[in-house]
Amino acid sequence: MDDKVLIARRVARELKDGSLVNLGIGLPTMVPRYLPPGIEVYFQSENGIIGMAPVPGAGMEEPSLTDAGGGFVGAIPGAASIDSCLSFGLIRGGHLDLTILGGLEVDEQGCLANWTVPGKMLPGMGGAMDLVTGAKRVIVAMSHTAKGKPKILKRCTLPLTSVRRVNLIVTEMAVIEPTEEGLVLREIAPGLSIERVVAATEAKLIVSAHIPEMALGPDTM
Amino acid sequence: MNKFLSCTEAVEMIPDGASIMIGGFMGVGSPHRMIAEMVRQGRKDLTIIANDTGTTGFGIGQLVAAKRIRKLIASHIGLNPETQRQVIAGEMDAELCPQGTLAERIRAGGFGLGGVLTPTGLGTVVAEGKQVIDIDGHKFLLEKPLTADFALIAAHRSDYRGNLEYSLTARNFNVVMATAGRTVIAEPEHIVPTGGIPPDAVATPFVCVHHIVGRV
Repeated sequence: MDDKVLIARRVARELKDGSLVNLGIGLPTMVPRYLPPGIEVYFQSENGIIGMAPVPGAGMEEPSLTDAGGGFVGAIPGAASIDSCLSFGLIRGGHLDLTILGGLEVDEQGCLANWTVPGKMLPGMGGAMDLVTGAKRVIVAMSHTAKGKPKILKRCTLPLTSVRRVNLIVTEMAVIEPTEEGLVLREIAPGLSIERVVAATEAKLIVSAHIPEMALGPDTM
Repeated sequence: MNKFLSCTEAVEMIPDGASIMIGGFMGVGSPHRMIAEMVRQGRKDLTIIANDTGTTGFGIGQLVAAKRIRKLIASHIGLNPETQRQVIAGEMDAELCPQGTLAERIRAGGFGLGGVLTPTGLGTVVAEGKQVIDIDGHKFLLEKPLTADFALIAAHRSDYRGNLEYSLTARNFNVVMATAGRTVIAEPEHIVPTGGIPPDAVATPFVCVHHIVGRV
């Protein structure tokens, strides 16, 4: 299975019925494809809509209905358009149940760096700092390593997005929960050994006697 | 009172070196006619306050491509490589600000508040040089208000008085910026007789809008 599909299918199991969810760009946008049956979630796009949905059909794009990347989207019945102050009020104010974001690095304290690579990449933080600081639950969906080097480190080398501890890290190798005691290895990918996960992780992992295999959301593709 | 101007007249009010808030999010809900006219009239050395700079040559990207921005306050320039190039080369001074903080700083400016206390940015580079304030055991970053000489607003509809209605995600920063410019100029897609926008649908009341760009 493709690594990204594996991550998206595992993250999809974290979505709770009736929750308000904000997805970062890239991999996180794949997650809704693998929602378990019977689960309805509402997607917020921080540029100003609650109830974002795909464009319903060819030719139905509307220039004033877009996602945070400027791409055309649609909306569910009952959607609401909101201005930027309300949008971020919802994010910071504890009204957003979950955000799923990509990551460049996560450290042993569970802090995420995902907005800049000094000297190389200067995109600006956009809404990432507000989302990681304010969402009730933060899930980082990312590759376990980059060019063979660990991305889960003792300390982040890149500027942090927030000092808030994220709730869960899902990679193609493992599910890791940052806790006050440290990073707890919760699940490993099918066919992998614990040793391989530990070897691909710079930060210390807390490993219990029995680590279950990752359970995935339905294969809908 | 007739607030209507041509797009040319509206931009003629803006001097070189002005500070300008520009509504929109990746060019959606941006006042594209006024942006193009600023480029045409050669406006330069501008301080632009906006969520982003659009894409290359689109939206605020037109001002970037023509090198008219001296200082930028924005949250995201990732989709405009030319903005990043000018910032890294030192041709443009950029202050990057978290998106929610940017919205609230503008709101503070427009609403007569002395600043905003937000948890966003605590412990990161955003907090450098800023005051941290403890409120009942919780730490917050003090972020200062933003105002500008002009706010250029894009609306779906304006009535003859300047009551504004927005469409879907084209609403974004327009609503709050319409409170924070010393001169507020609206560029509506449609103009309807006063009363054509029901009171409950007015998102920006006419008292905030000083000028309206007409269709010609």
